[in-house]
Amino acid sequence: MTVPSESPAPSASALRATRRVAVHRWRVAAALTAAMVVVYFGFIALVAFRPAFLARLVTDGLSIGIVLGALVIVAAWGLTYTYVHWANRVYDPALAALRVHHAEEGL
Amino acid sequence: MNGQPGAAAAAPTTSFGTPDPVAIAFFGVFITITLGITYWAARRTQTADHFYSAGRSVTAGQNGFALAGDYMSAASFLGIAGLVSTSGFDGLIYSTGWLVGWPVVLFLIAEPLRNLGRYTFADVVAARLNPVPVRISAAYGTLATIAFYLIAQMVGAGSLIRLLFGIPYETAVMIVGAAMMAYVLFGGMLATTWVQIVKAVLLLGGAALLALLVLSKFGFDPRALFAEAARQHGAGVLAPGKLVSNPWDAISLGLALMFGTAGLPHILMRFYTVPDARAARTSVFIATGLIGVFYLMTFVLGFGAMVLVGPDAIRSIDAGGNMAAPMLAELLGGRPFLGFIAAVAFATILAVVAGLALSGAAAISHDLWSSVIRRGHPKPGEELQVARLATIGLALVAIGLGVAFKGQNVAFMVGLAFAIAASANFPALVLSVFWRRTSTAGAAASMVVGTTTTLALIALSPAVQVDLLHKASAIFPLKNPALVTIPLSFLTGVLVSRLKPDRESETRYAALEARLLLGAE
Repeated sequence: MTVPSESPAPSASALRATRRVAVHRWRVAAALTAAMVVVYFGFIALVAFRPAFLARLVTDGLSIGIVLGALVIVAAWGLTYTYVHWANRVYDPALAALRVHHAEEGL
Repeated sequence: MNGQPGAAAAAPTTSFGTPDPVAIAFFGVFITITLGITYWAARRTQTADHFYSAGRSVTAGQNGFALAGDYMSAASFLGIAGLVSTSGFDGLIYSTGWLVGWPVVLFLIAEPLRNLGRYTFADVVAARLNPVPVRISAAYGTLATIAFYLIAQMVGAGSLIRLLFGIPYETAVMIVGAAMMAYVLFGGMLATTWVQIVKAVLLLGGAALLALLVLSKFGFDPRALFAEAARQHGAGVLAPGKLVSNPWDAISLGLALMFGTAGLPHILMRFYTVPDARAARTSVFIATGLIGVFYLMTFVLGFGAMVLVGPDAIRSIDAGGNMAAPMLAELLGGRPFLGFIAAVAFATILAVVAGLALSGAAAISHDLWSSVIRRGHPKPGEELQVARLATIGLALVAIGLGVAFKGQNVAFMVGLAFAIAASANFPALVLSVFWRRTSTAGAAASMVVGTTTTLALIALSPAVQVDLLHKASAIFPLKNPALVTIPLSFLTGVLVSRLKPDRESETRYAALEARLLLGAE
């Protein structure tokens, strides 16, 4: 079972290092989540309050609404790619360093 | 709608509702292959660890396909294609909404969940809190979510199979229940994972083939397809229409779709099947790509069905429009292709139902039996037995619900399941992972209030009061309560944690912070 008392209390320096990485990750995660919320609810707000704008045609057969709908999907891809790229380049090395820090303390 | 009737192509002569040997043959092949997988998996499923999480042996790529398979339900394949084919643009609100939950899962949930938990999302919430109240509340939210999701899938399966194979509704529901029970009971997570993978490949392949056949009629230019739809049915099909008559309804539904994904127990459970957090991350990335491609294809399938089959012909077979994709398949590829698409749709439902049953069984055996009744010390092998008994029970409940809710609107039920998941599970999960002051009482209250108010507001909503009970008006104005219940659940969690803090929870959080990032070594 997940019994919390399994883990020994970390030292102050290990805890500080852990929190630095955690805060960094939280900021990136919160910023990307906010970006996704803005993109999607921006789209939904246009659907709900400005339907006439979305009805305008870019070219024959292509309304602004359809273009933006497809762009929401592309934005979701872009944001997940951004996160994975950041995690592989920055976050994983930081975790590796943290792991070393903890190992040195024998945790 | 905006379409001028009569402009659509003449209704094709369909073979809907008659037993189709091609469809049954394709379906037989699928059942044979998946039961073969189950037989193979059964010999590897000896412990609870294998039953719930396939021994954490699933690769990131496999889990990416399995996540996509778990998520792309018949409601999205048949439902969105149907919505787009009959209402045009409005259906795209669902296509986009069902995808944007995935980045949220990736940013906030996937890695901490994998690092801190073992089998269920309640493991994470309970990790530093008093497990008994947390697990009871989590099981309440989980089982409520699963019940609504199961109703949607079983009702969808029953009506779909009746239309496609000519089998009576009740028989179809029982076939689905029995097959799902066999996969989960004997093959556990390993069999369920491979059923999802096979299904994801079939569904993506089938939808891609169908989309290519549609585009081949329009010089492979989607614009020509949309332009033809606007010419036949009016420019209104390319713009928001009457499906979004109440703007706040659209926003509330959007919230449920976006944050519901991150609270779906059967999706969250999949992150325990991979070896580590990095693999969990990669698997969400792959799943987001696959699901995005799939929803882009639903644009083409929906408008293709509108132009080539026609909204009136589609509605004449099924008022909800659910038969748009199969009708399109018959028109473009004849009966063999219809048979293939029908078998894919059936397989889709089976796979989703199996995933749901497995997560429900885990909530009952792992959260309720082992952690609450046995106080964290089950007898050896007991948890697996309870999980298997729970699977049998859930299969019977699913069959019962499927028969009882015959004729209900499927996409609507899925929307409600998302509202419960977003209000019951997601806030407690986020609070317990990111907020050190979260207390036992706060987390438990958030889950109980989230689940209960969502259920209550659904009962008071126009969807139940007006559409179902035929009253003149409803007490609560929104069809989907997420706009109220998600903030309420967060607020409850924060306020109750402030009013009733537990001392140990904060110290325990400090002990868990490293594990949250690094995982259990």
